Amino acid sequence: MTPASKDLLRIAIFACGVALLLQVLNSGVALNFVMMALYAALLAQAWNILGGFGGQFSFGHALFFGTGAYVQAIAQLQWGWSPWLALPMGVAVSAAVGGWVGALSFRYGLKGSYFALVTLAFAEVFRIMATTVPFTGAGVGLMVPLREGFANMQFGSRRGYAMLALGLVVLALLVTCWLRHSRFGAWLQAVRDNEDAARAIGVNPFRVKLGAIALSGGFMGAAGAFYVQVFQYIDPGIAYGAHTSVEALVGAIVGGMGTLWGPIMGALALHVLADLTRNLFGQLPGINMVIYGTVLIMMVMFAPRGLAGVGQSVRQLWKGRP
Amino acid sequence: MTPMLQLQDVSRSFGGLKAVQGVSLSVPAGSLTALIGPNGAGKTTLFALMSGFLKSDSGTVVLDGRDITGQAPELNARAGMARTFQIVQPFAAQTVRENIAVGAHLHEPRRALALLAAEAVAARVGLTGLLDKPAGDLTVAGRKRLELARTLATQPRLLLLDEVLAGLNPQEIGEMIPVVRGIADSGITVLMIEHVMQAVMNLAAHVWVLAQGQLIAQGTPAEITTNEAVVEAYLGHGTAARLRKAAA
Repeated sequence: MTPASKDLLRIAIFACGVALLLQVLNSGVALNFVMMALYAALLAQAWNILGGFGGQFSFGHALFFGTGAYVQAIAQLQWGWSPWLALPMGVAVSAAVGGWVGALSFRYGLKGSYFALVTLAFAEVFRIMATTVPFTGAGVGLMVPLREGFANMQFGSRRGYAMLALGLVVLALLVTCWLRHSRFGAWLQAVRDNEDAARAIGVNPFRVKLGAIALSGGFMGAAGAFYVQVFQYIDPGIAYGAHTSVEALVGAIVGGMGTLWGPIMGALALHVLADLTRNLFGQLPGINMVIYGTVLIMMVMFAPRGLAGVGQSVRQLWKGRP
Repeated sequence: MTPMLQLQDVSRSFGGLKAVQGVSLSVPAGSLTALIGPNGAGKTTLFALMSGFLKSDSGTVVLDGRDITGQAPELNARAGMARTFQIVQPFAAQTVRENIAVGAHLHEPRRALALLAAEAVAARVGLTGLLDKPAGDLTVAGRKRLELARTLATQPRLLLLDEVLAGLNPQEIGEMIPVVRGIADSGITVLMIEHVMQAVMNLAAHVWVLAQGQLIAQGTPAEITTNEAVVEAYLGHGTAARLRKAAA
């Protein structure tokens, strides 16, 4: 069995397992938990494509999230599109915004903290623009009317939304699997590890990073569109605020950057933690961000390879190999 | 016969420092040649100018009859010129096999075949036993071999080796020399920067000597070692005369 087909088998098992779980679960709380965990996983997976595999740490992934969300809302409200058409459109526009930001930053060789700052700045610019221009509903935001039904991508229970999130997560898993077993992925990881060495053996870092940011932006846009379908409301703060950017990067870093399952493990762990603290502290506003910050610092200090890295070490100990 | 690489009057300054001044040289196709010179002579800068990591202020670089002056390194690699780095640069998070496969991917889009090609290249440089090790775990000697393997995997016509023997112990150098010889024998033109004179004498058919950014001598290794200008560049002004007096 090749490593690629091993990954594909695991993805299939994961998809079937979660789908089955969603059919069995009946409590609204439990369904909501799974849905939100899948949604957080999607954010982390999207960030992982650029940050984990490409080594380009974005601090403004909300830029793509918000763009996908607004396209999803505007296409339905102002152009009368079906949400099933709006979603791929949102993905395409977010990917294009990714390509545009990427072209601007990578063209001038921005790396590390400079790249992080530029993405943060772009997200802020978009947030301010969204509060001023009329077609985003300005500061009031946009509300998608409640019209339950499959054709409107609005489901009676959280189960439908969770299935939709599962579909997107599995798609992201497949793309990540492709990154692990393809030439593009090999080039992307080479650029992450050492850009000059990669150039010396024929890799064009600009093109590779551009592809990665477009892919990453596309999935982030899908998460934004999903958000609009679930909560039926979007405003500039939700769309382009730093909260989403942080959630995406913490999930990926805690789970394990550049791995297949890390972002899912990270998102799940964070959600369990956030729910536990909510029960302990009640609805203390912003407490989850405090938790995320603490967890991030602990992980970076003691387990820089994330949960997936810890899992790998344990597995090797089990096998008796150093 | 067109030379594999031809430099015409290439210069490059960094502020007031003239790192490379008016260097012209011609590397015959299929040859194994060396570029030597004291520390700070501009050897690595010259390599960077050849491979496209730096742009020259003036002069031209011609690869196998095609002007590649100022062309990006990734395009040069595609055209058949690959280089190694003096300070080894492995993709540390990946295995040796994956590292080499990145080079093989230049002409092989399929992952499985690139990984297979990596195995064949690893055998050429003696890395077969280490294929599944993370590159970050290799010794210096192992990393030098990996550096070589990665460039070889791109199927170059011209290989620029920047001190592949530096930092190795005598035994490791002894093991590496046949590897370099084998690469040249397979028809790849090799130009090496080297400090280890034992290797230069052993391997190179022709040697260029760079000092303070200028070519001061060239010839066979035997000619170079008796050249007064070269002795002075390495040991200081007036040394040649003193040595002559001492010998007399």
